Amino acid sequence: MLIRGSYQGASFFELIEVDYPHLRPATSERSGAAVAPLSIPHGTTVLALRFADGVLMAGDRLATEGHRVASRDMQKVYPTDDHSLVAIAGAAGPAIEMARMLRIELEHYEKIEGEPLELEGKANKLSQMVRANLPAAMQGLVVVPIFAGYDRRRRIGRLWKFDVTGGRYEEAEFESSGSGSLYARESLKKAWRSDLGRDDALRLALQALADAADEDRATGGVDLARGIYPIVYFCTAEGAVDVSREEIERVYREHVAIARKPVGAGA
Amino acid sequence: MSIPFYVSPEQLMADKAEYAKKGIARGRSIVALEYDKGIVLVAENPSRLSKIGEIYDRLAFAGVGKFSEFDQLRKIGIRFCDVRGYQYSREDVRAKALANAYSQAIGDVFTQQMKPLEVELIVAEVGDPRLLGHEENVMYRIQYDGTISDHRGFCGIGGTVERIETYLKEQYQTGRPLGDVARLGVAALANGGTPMAPERLEVCTLDRERAARKFRRASAEEVRAILG
Repeated sequence: MLIRGSYQGASFFELIEVDYPHLRPATSERSGAAVAPLSIPHGTTVLALRFADGVLMAGDRLATEGHRVASRDMQKVYPTDDHSLVAIAGAAGPAIEMARMLRIELEHYEKIEGEPLELEGKANKLSQMVRANLPAAMQGLVVVPIFAGYDRRRRIGRLWKFDVTGGRYEEAEFESSGSGSLYARESLKKAWRSDLGRDDALRLALQALADAADEDRATGGVDLARGIYPIVYFCTAEGAVDVSREEIERVYREHVAIARKPVGAGA
Repeated sequence: MSIPFYVSPEQLMADKAEYAKKGIARGRSIVALEYDKGIVLVAENPSRLSKIGEIYDRLAFAGVGKFSEFDQLRKIGIRFCDVRGYQYSREDVRAKALANAYSQAIGDVFTQQMKPLEVELIVAEVGDPRLLGHEENVMYRIQYDGTISDHRGFCGIGGTVERIETYLKEQYQTGRPLGDVARLGVAALANGGTPMAPERLEVCTLDRERAARKFRRASAEEVRAILG
């Protein structure tokens, strides 16, 4: 039973494809009936930006099913290992599965080979997973992730965006994905600098998500009543760490909320 | 036409066991010991090819004998556990299931194939007091014929295992810190001779206090620091 497998490589994704096809994510099926794109939850706005010490990644918390709320506190940013992060937007089911699969994939490779992949290798692996999802994307289950991490060899933060065909594009400044991404990008564009400090980067990210939520109904804003705030991760030489809810709340109240005055309040 | 010789099953098994033991005795032994915050695995290994490895969040592997054979088993163990963790939950990946699967596979090779595997393995699982039903440390030894045994406190594999275990039975105390236990392990491996220099040791820990992945390979400086 134990030695039955025929796959000998270091990829978990391929191991499942070859030896355990019954466990394969349904989204990589090559055929199947068309799926109504509105009948499943969708995640909305995520973003990543480079700053002086590495990269920041953030996402709102809302998942929508058509015009309905599917989840108010969904997680869309995931650490994939000590020094990398993935943010997902699109069809929630396949997107969460892809993030989980990438985490297992990177850990599996590291355990089998005894050393981790280079950051570029990790991004390339994700690109293959997005490409494998293409048949599902054609049926409306589009997953568009952003991958970011700290490149320990080059000592810089790096980030990549992807298209549905698995196309992989490295971005030098920032990137946003999902329904509110246009507004988030416009917001980031105005204030992004390469030498942003940690606190400025956090403020900028929360501002951009607030702008996206303001213009796009599918993006969740800060929910003060329920205490739901965006999720933010930093990835630097020290590794990937999430920002505490308290800090996000404080920055939001001090810098973001204050910029939005009641209508008619005057100057 | 040649007439096949008759060999009694007893003789056949004894010959295979002899062959496997000889192969295993050629290499150096490994010992796993419990310390106050987890499990430490110590091997005399001057080469860069690892004998100890990470299997899963709380599981570690150690193998002696023929490198190609136990390293293949290590990879099979990683695949086995990653698939189980993917299929069920990460907490469902347990040492017992892995040790049983190893025992089955190695036993099958021993009885059914000409050449037995020249390996002995340790599967160790560090307990987590926050997980109900997973609090205890677990260590299994799997031998070349699939024999599996459960160990508490310490567990050795390799040609000199009897002497190591006799030594540890006298010297081992529960609940000691990492440094003490690692030094004891090194002394046990040395068999009364001079202990190996730190740079010729492979030391890995399953540290209960780490986040998700408890396994950690100590660098040469860290080994020196641990042994003091």
